[in-house]
Amino acid sequence: MTGAAVQAIDLVKWFGEAEARTYAVQGLSFEANFGEMLYITGPSGSGKTTLLSMISGILRPNAGTVIVEGKEIWRLSPNEIADFRLHTIGFVFQDYHLFPTLTTLENVAIPLILRKQDWNASLNLAMEILDVVGLKDRAPLPPTKLSGGEQQRVALARAIVSRPDILIFDEPTASLDGVTGRRIIGFVKEQLLNEQRSILIVTHDARIYEYADRSIRMEDGRIVEMVTGGLHEK
Amino acid sequence: MTGILKIAFKLLVNDRGKFAALIVGITFAVFLMVQLSSLFAGILSKASATIINIGAKVWVMDPAVNNPLNSIQLPDYILDAVRSIDGVKYAVPLYSGTALVKLRDGIYQPASVLGLDDASLVGRPQMIEGNIDDIFADNGFIVVKDEEFPKLENPAIGTTFEINDHRGVVVGIARVTTSGLFGIPTLYTTFTRAIQYIPSTRFTIAYILVEPKSPADVPYIKDEVAKAGYLALTNAEFQQRVAAYYKYQTGVGTNILIMTTISFLVGLSICAQTFYTFVLENMDKFGALKAIGAKGYELVYMILFQALFTGVTGYGLGVGLSSVMIALAKRRVPNYAAMITYFNLGLALLMVLVIVAFSSYIAVRKVIKIEPFDIFRG
Repeated sequence: MTGAAVQAIDLVKWFGEAEARTYAVQGLSFEANFGEMLYITGPSGSGKTTLLSMISGILRPNAGTVIVEGKEIWRLSPNEIADFRLHTIGFVFQDYHLFPTLTTLENVAIPLILRKQDWNASLNLAMEILDVVGLKDRAPLPPTKLSGGEQQRVALARAIVSRPDILIFDEPTASLDGVTGRRIIGFVKEQLLNEQRSILIVTHDARIYEYADRSIRMEDGRIVEMVTGGLHEK
Repeated sequence: MTGILKIAFKLLVNDRGKFAALIVGITFAVFLMVQLSSLFAGILSKASATIINIGAKVWVMDPAVNNPLNSIQLPDYILDAVRSIDGVKYAVPLYSGTALVKLRDGIYQPASVLGLDDASLVGRPQMIEGNIDDIFADNGFIVVKDEEFPKLENPAIGTTFEINDHRGVVVGIARVTTSGLFGIPTLYTTFTRAIQYIPSTRFTIAYILVEPKSPADVPYIKDEVAKAGYLALTNAEFQQRVAAYYKYQTGVGTNILIMTTISFLVGLSICAQTFYTFVLENMDKFGALKAIGAKGYELVYMILFQALFTGVTGYGLGVGLSSVMIALAKRRVPNYAAMITYFNLGLALLMVLVIVAFSSYIAVRKVIKIEPFDIFRG
């Protein structure tokens, strides 16, 4: 695939009403392409996570259009949007949100199970992905027995197990040391980024800026800078 | 769907502390509900012991009777009147009363005495030892071998006793379906001997036992008996009348109902609160599932499955525990009345389903409102 994986056009999102209304995103437009690792950076409160939520079908914008793989997602019904997220998007949440009462293997298999794939087949595929991220030997353990870096890789494995076209990472290195953070993002870029996939990363961790193909910097809900490659910390 | 239910199952049972609290809550509630309702069922069964054991299809009595032990004697002409009703195949008298039995060691023991119609012995018990015809022998009495049997010092055939200065001889030992409520032994004899041996009022017939020619004749028989100023009830109606008496006129039913309600409320509060806490603590997990692509109805299925699994498991354990406790108690305390019936089990299951529904409702309300965006924001 070539061209735009995600198109955001004039997106607006506010919270609260009347005098309490606060704009999180104000008329923002951009594109994320296949084969590209796009960083969305900016200070806390600049609207990065809100933007990511709108383009991933989690938060409905007040105005504007989101087109993912040629489909205007906010015209879909709630169940269709859930299906869109399940089949098109892979999430890595900031706090991982792994299930402590499931094994690492079962955690990774969740998107496949939600796709109603056979339980054992899902676990087999999850094991292959755990092997890819180097955690095969951790498969039977609960995530609570793993280190922060290992948990991050489990979250990554869960995001990619169903081979989604778009990967979305929210502050993926926020709780990792610099070496681990760089190793994980390096792995993502080398192993997971390809011509059929677009990766969007929200971060304000300057230690991983070097891996970006393109970067957007946001402030007060607007794009204030868009550059090829990584941004320099300001 | 089975995959997501498997996840729900693992989320539930692998959180062992919460799961144990939920199971203990439901089990405890079911245990109490089954115990109390079984106790009440047992009391009602024992209160209807005479009706069940005699087994007549239709009973004629004074309209004021609401308990088989407190019979009001009927005039003899009523027996003739009943016999003359079209649709009556036969009608026989039954004596029912209480007498003091003086045992060989000089101890007095109250006993319930049933006098069967001499000609037909309608309502005879099932013999374990001896022959029913021996009831016609001089001073012959048949002793019921139930929980109260030892109170007559475990008599054997040939054992003698005194009953109102008359000599009584045990000529047979019998069993009945259920023993009486008030903890006294039961003796069977003939109607004639009963009214000879036991001081009686002017009238001697406690009940008239009627065999209708067909079930279709019962309404007519009841009408004709009513015209004579008396009451005819089928076996089931008489038992219901006794049950209603104990439920609504003695306070036993109200008190047990209150205790059962309290145990239900205890179970409801424990389970609803624990399940709600369980869901609250897993809210971010449900949110993550929703963000990944789980649909709202799938999360609802997960919650319902978790609540139902907990409820059914707790119900099974509660019923099992109750059964074991009742069986053990009956070994130690022969008079222990508790009796598990399908109705008790159904009632407890219904209560558990109410607990499950309520717990699920408050959890589902919370889960379907969860916004994946909140998970994203961390």
